[in-house]
Amino acid sequence: MSEVHTHPHHVNEEQLTPYDSVHFQDAQGEIHEPEHHHEHEDNFITKYIFSQDHKMIAKQFLVTAIFWAMVGGLLSVLFRLQIGFPDTSFPILTSIFGSHWVPNGKMTPDFYNMLITMHGTIMVFFVLTAGLSGTFANFLIPLQLGARDMASPVLNMLSYWFFFAAGVVMFISFFLPSGASGVGWTAYPPLSAIKEAAVGAEQGADFWLMSMALFIISSLLGGLNYITTIMNLRTKGMSMLRMPLTIWAILFASVLGLLSFPVLLGAAILLIFDRTLGTSFYLHDIYISGIGQMEHSGGSAILYQHLFWFLGHPEVYIVILPAFGIVSEIMATNSRKPIFGYRAMVLSLNAICVLALLVWAHHMFVSGMNPLVGSVFVFLTLLIAIPSSVKVFNWIATLWRGNLHFTPAMMFCVGFVSLFISGGLTGIFLGNSTIDIEVHDTYFVIAHFHLVMGVAAFFGMFAGVYHWFPKMFGRHMSTTMGYIHFWITMIGSYCIFWPQHYMGMSGMPRRYFTNEAFQTFNQYVGMNEFITISAAIVFLTQLMFVFNFFHSMFYGRKVTEKNPWRSTTLEWTTEIHPGHGNWDGPLPEVHRWPYDYSKDGEDFIPQTEPIRPGETVHG
Amino acid sequence: MSTTLLVLLILVAFGTIIFQLSKANDYIAILKGADQANDESDNVNGKLFFLFLIVFFVFIAWTTYDSWHKMVLTASSVHGRWIDLNFNINMLFTGVVFVLTHILLFYFAFKYRGKKGKVAYYYPENNKLEMWWTIVPAVVLTILIVFGLYNWFRITGPAPEDSHIVELTGKQFNWMVRYPGKDGVLGKREFKLIDETNGLGINFSDPNSRDDFMANEIHFEVGKPVVLKIGSRDVIHSVGMPHFRVKMDAVPGIPTTFWLIPTETTDEMREKTGNPDFVYELACDNICGKGHSAMRMVVVVDSHEQYMKWLRKQKSFYDTQIKGTDLESKFALNTVNTPESGSQNKSLNP
Repeated sequence: MSEVHTHPHHVNEEQLTPYDSVHFQDAQGEIHEPEHHHEHEDNFITKYIFSQDHKMIAKQFLVTAIFWAMVGGLLSVLFRLQIGFPDTSFPILTSIFGSHWVPNGKMTPDFYNMLITMHGTIMVFFVLTAGLSGTFANFLIPLQLGARDMASPVLNMLSYWFFFAAGVVMFISFFLPSGASGVGWTAYPPLSAIKEAAVGAEQGADFWLMSMALFIISSLLGGLNYITTIMNLRTKGMSMLRMPLTIWAILFASVLGLLSFPVLLGAAILLIFDRTLGTSFYLHDIYISGIGQMEHSGGSAILYQHLFWFLGHPEVYIVILPAFGIVSEIMATNSRKPIFGYRAMVLSLNAICVLALLVWAHHMFVSGMNPLVGSVFVFLTLLIAIPSSVKVFNWIATLWRGNLHFTPAMMFCVGFVSLFISGGLTGIFLGNSTIDIEVHDTYFVIAHFHLVMGVAAFFGMFAGVYHWFPKMFGRHMSTTMGYIHFWITMIGSYCIFWPQHYMGMSGMPRRYFTNEAFQTFNQYVGMNEFITISAAIVFLTQLMFVFNFFHSMFYGRKVTEKNPWRSTTLEWTTEIHPGHGNWDGPLPEVHRWPYDYSKDGEDFIPQTEPIRPGETVHG
Repeated sequence: MSTTLLVLLILVAFGTIIFQLSKANDYIAILKGADQANDESDNVNGKLFFLFLIVFFVFIAWTTYDSWHKMVLTASSVHGRWIDLNFNINMLFTGVVFVLTHILLFYFAFKYRGKKGKVAYYYPENNKLEMWWTIVPAVVLTILIVFGLYNWFRITGPAPEDSHIVELTGKQFNWMVRYPGKDGVLGKREFKLIDETNGLGINFSDPNSRDDFMANEIHFEVGKPVVLKIGSRDVIHSVGMPHFRVKMDAVPGIPTTFWLIPTETTDEMREKTGNPDFVYELACDNICGKGHSAMRMVVVVDSHEQYMKWLRKQKSFYDTQIKGTDLESKFALNTVNTPESGSQNKSLNP
C-alpha cells in the first residue's frame, strides 16, 4: 500500500482525489488533460493485488464471489444429499470430512446445521451482497457516470480487503475442532449465545461474528464510496435523471446498506458481549440440561431479532436492487427499446428503498410480538408489493414490440422477471400475518426467498457478467455455453424450489435434518430425491459457467469493436482495454438519457450525442 | 472409492464434450456472420421461451397433482378455517396475476424475438398505464390487508373465558406438557427451582400446583377452546401444529400464548383421510440445535367422553414424583393464600 503512494510515476494518485475529479468535470475541455495517464508503471502488486483501480477491484470482488458461490453451492448439495437420501450412506463424505462429522457415510445433525448455516451466510453476504454490489457498483459507477475512478480509491481498496479478511476468518472457521457456526444464518440467541447449547455455537460462532463484523466494515466503506461518487463525480451533462437505472439501483441499495448494516454490527457486538463477557442483553432465565441454571438475567431474545431484521430485511433489497438495475439496463439494450417508464422505475426503486426499512418485523409475527405491532408491519410489508409490481409491469412492457436480441445476458433477464414474479407473489402470503401463522418457518418460506432474492439475484449477477464481460476482459464468453447454462439453471431452479411450496403447505419445517419422525412431513420422500438431483445438476452447470468464465478470460473470442452490444451508455465509449482513468482523452460529455434505442429510425443514439435540431427530448 | 472416481471421470468427459460442442458451435456462428447467427439464436431461444411457458404450466399442474393429497388442505380448527379462506383468496388473486404475467412475459419473448431489419417501437412511457398498474395492485392489496388483519385480530384476540389450559414448554430436545388438573389453575413456577426431577421448576408450595399433571401426549377436547401457554427453558423453540394452523415461538423468559378450537377428533380424521394410523403432530419450527427435527409430540383430539376418560387416568406430578422423596420437605404447602391464587383453589385447601 505504501508503495502505491510513494511510487514516483504514479501521477494518477493526485488526479484521482475527489476534488480534482470534480475539477475535471467542471472545467472540462479547458484544462489540458495529462497525457498517457493510464500508462504509468504498475507492478504486479499494485495492479492485481492492492489495486486502486475500480475496475480491478470489481474483478477482485467478482472472482472472490465466484469462489464463495462455489463453496456455498457445494454446501447446499451436501445438505440436500441428507434431505434427499437420508438412509443412504456416502463413504466419500467420511473420507473428506472425517468420521467425527460424517461417521460411516452418514452426516451428523451438527454437521448438517453447519452446512445450512454457512450456506445461508455465504450466499447472502459473500456472494449476493459483496459479489453483486461489490462487482457491479465498482465496475459501473465510474464507467457509466463518466468518472476516472471512485471518489476514494483507497477506501475502495480497503473495502475489498476487509471483505477478503472476512472471508479468511469465515474460511478458517470450517477447520476449527468444533466446526463452523451451526446456529442458522440468523444466529438467534440464546442458541447462538450459549456455547453449551450446540456444537455449532462454540468457537465457530465466535469466528462467524468476527467475520460478520469485518464484512460490515467492508460494506460500509463500499457504500459510503458508492454514494459519494454517484453524488459528486458525474460527468458534465450527467444529471441524476440521465443516469442509467443500474446506477439508481446501486445508489438506493447503498443508502439502505449504510442505514441498516450498522444496526447489525451493534447486534453482533452485543451478542459477542453475551457470549464472552457474561452480559445479558439477549438472555434471561436459561436452564441448559446437564449444565443447570445460567446466570444471565434480564435480557430479551426478541431484542436481537428486531436488531437483526432491521438489517436482515433491507438486506434482501440490498441484494435485489442492483439486480433490478442490471436487468433494466440489459433488457432495454437487448430489446432495442427504451426501458418502459424510466421515471416510474426510479420512483419505485425509491419507494422500495424507503419501505424496505419499515418492514423488518414481518419476520417476527409469531415471535410473541404484540399483534398490534404485527398489524402495522403487515400493512407496510404489503405496500412493497405495489412498487414491485410496477417494476414487473414495466419490464414486460419493455419487451412489448421490441426487437429482442437473446444474448445469454438477455435470457437471464427474462428468467429473472419470471423468478421475481413467482417468488414475489408468495411474499404477499407471507407478509400477511394471518397466513404467515400457517407457513412461517416452513419450506414455503424457503421456496419464496430462494426464488425472489436467491436465484433471481443470481440471475441478475449472471446477466451482468455475460453483458459486461467484454468490457472487463476484452473478450467474449462462449454464448453456446451461456445458453446451456441459462436453460438448465432456469428449469433446474424451478424444479428445486417450486415443489417446496407444497411441502410448506404441509407444514414441513425449515432446517430439519430429517423428516422421518413425522408422518405429516415424511410424505415427500420422492419429491425430495427429485429436488436433490435437480440441485446437483444445477450445481454442476454452475461449474460449467465458472469454467466458461475463466477460460474465456484467457482464450475467449477477442472483442473487436468498442461497443459490441450497440449500447448507449458511457462505458462503451472507452477503449476496449480501458486503463486506470478510464478515458484516454477528456471525459465524455452527456447530452441525453441512456435509453434512446430505436428512436427516430436510428438503432441507438449514445448518451454522448448532442440533441439534434427538432428532436423531442426525453430525460 | 472407485465409483466416485468413475462418476468424476464421467462428469469430466461430459464437461469436455459440452465444451468442445460449444466451441464448435461458437465457431460456426462466427463463420455464418454475426447477423445470421444472431437471427438464428434469437429465433430458437424465442421459441424455446414459448415452449418453456407450456412446460412450466404442465410442471405446475403435475407437481400440484402429485402433492395434492399430501398437503394439509383443510384445517382442523376454527381459526384454521379462517386462515384457509384467507389463503385461498390470496391464491385466487395472485394466481391470476401469476398466470397473466407469465403468459405475457414468455409470449412477448416469443412474439418479439429479434430479426435483422425489424425495428423496435420507441415507446418510452405512458403515465396512464403506470397509474393503472399502481392503482389496481393497491386496491387488491387493500382488500387482502383488510381481510387479513380482520382475521389476525380475531385469531390473536382474547380466548373465551371457559377455555382449557395447556402449558407447553420447550427444551432441548422435547416438549414438557403440563395440565392444570382439576382446579383449572396452573401452579406457579420459579426458575431457581428447576432441576432434573422438577424440570419446569414448579413451586409445589403453591396449592394450585399439587394437582398439576404432566403428559407425554397432548390431548384436546373437540369443540372446546384451549389456550396454549407457551414457553421455553433454554433456547428458542416454536410450537408448530400444521393441522390446526398453530404456530407460536417458545421464547425463554417471554411467555407467549395461542388459543384454538379443534374441530375434528383424531378418530374422525382417521376416517376422513382413510389412514388408520393418522395422528396430529406437534413439531418444533425454530432451529434449536442438533435435535431440532426430533422434537415431535403426538396431539390427540378426543371426544368429550374420551377426554374425560383420559383426564381421569392422569396422576398429579406432585403425587408421583415429589411426594415421598427428599424434595417433599422443601415444599411446605403455603397455606397463606396470595390474593391471586386464593380464590380459585378452595377445593384443595384443607
